[in-house]
Amino acid sequence: MRYIEPHGHMVSRTTDDYQDMVTAGCAAVCEPAFWAGFDRSTMHGFHDYFCQLTDFEPKRAARYGLPHFSWLCINPKESEDVKLAEEVIGIIPSFLPRPNVLGIGEIGLNKNSRNEMKVLEMHVDLAARHQQLILVHTPHLEDKLKGTRLILDVIRSDSRIQPGRVLIDHVEEHTVRLVLDRGHWGGMTLYPVSKCSPARAVDILDICGGDRLWMNSACDWGESVPLAIPRTGLEMRRRGWTAEAVDRVIYQNPIRFLSQCPKFNLASEPV
Amino acid sequence: MTRQQVLDLYFMDARCKLIDLAAFLDRVDRGTGEADFRLAALQNSLKALAGSEASRAEKVLLTLSDPTVEPVAKALGKGAVGAWPGASGSKAPMP
Repeated sequence: MRYIEPHGHMVSRTTDDYQDMVTAGCAAVCEPAFWAGFDRSTMHGFHDYFCQLTDFEPKRAARYGLPHFSWLCINPKESEDVKLAEEVIGIIPSFLPRPNVLGIGEIGLNKNSRNEMKVLEMHVDLAARHQQLILVHTPHLEDKLKGTRLILDVIRSDSRIQPGRVLIDHVEEHTVRLVLDRGHWGGMTLYPVSKCSPARAVDILDICGGDRLWMNSACDWGESVPLAIPRTGLEMRRRGWTAEAVDRVIYQNPIRFLSQCPKFNLASEPV
Repeated sequence: MTRQQVLDLYFMDARCKLIDLAAFLDRVDRGTGEADFRLAALQNSLKALAGSEASRAEKVLLTLSDPTVEPVAKALGKGAVGAWPGASGSKAPMP
């Protein structure tokens, strides 16, 4: 079963995970910039992190024959400090030409605050000025519905942004239609407790169709399962999906969205 | 899938989760002190679960969601607790 992991925070994972993912059929991994579990205190901390995402981590993945791509931003969890966010956003353009950078992400909201909104607007402007794809994080749990609505309105208010070049991640049953109806792509995150279970993700595919949806494990330093996508592929097969239909969702769909960035290619096939 | 196939595939899993939920509510009952707004929110969402409409998962999520539309003045903390305290006027526990 071949698949793309379009959202994995691999800097938090061990090489055992790389081995398992490639063994399970992973053909590429994409890593959005994330919160480290603590707030970085200076722009220089982000500079080093962006170097890790664009230089060190692709080399680590390449040892297992796995193409590694990245997205850059200051994560919404660190967006309350607008001055720091301005400094960080200021250094991102120098990283955009790097060969594995796909766009701006995962931007968005966390607690739906005014400062988070300002930083989101700054990121959207950055993406528009540099013709970048956008990957959006939507808030957790009780904050998701409100945050998704606010995010969609920010994106719609910038006429330079083409909806089909934006993926809104972590959708669930109460937000997926809002996202798809605006012309965006949606991402379903497969988590053990929060977000989507494999069964619910397949339910959403059954109900909404699989045209503009992908799935990801969003594996990070918290409770998460790096093999969540192939396990959900197995769930789809148990429910009668054909191998071709599973392939369309977990392999071809990510390629369709990500190939809008010319730097996305799978020249290095899995070993 | 037929309903029979869905039952064959998922009944035991749903049964397990249902008993876990019942045991959780019993555990809360056996506890001491006051419960915060999350218990009421969960009990309210059970009404959506008991409904006959097809979109139960969506309705449960909506009952647990913040329905307001204006950004908050400032982010207090980073985590979420799973239910919206606004309706009860209670203060959310810090995750």
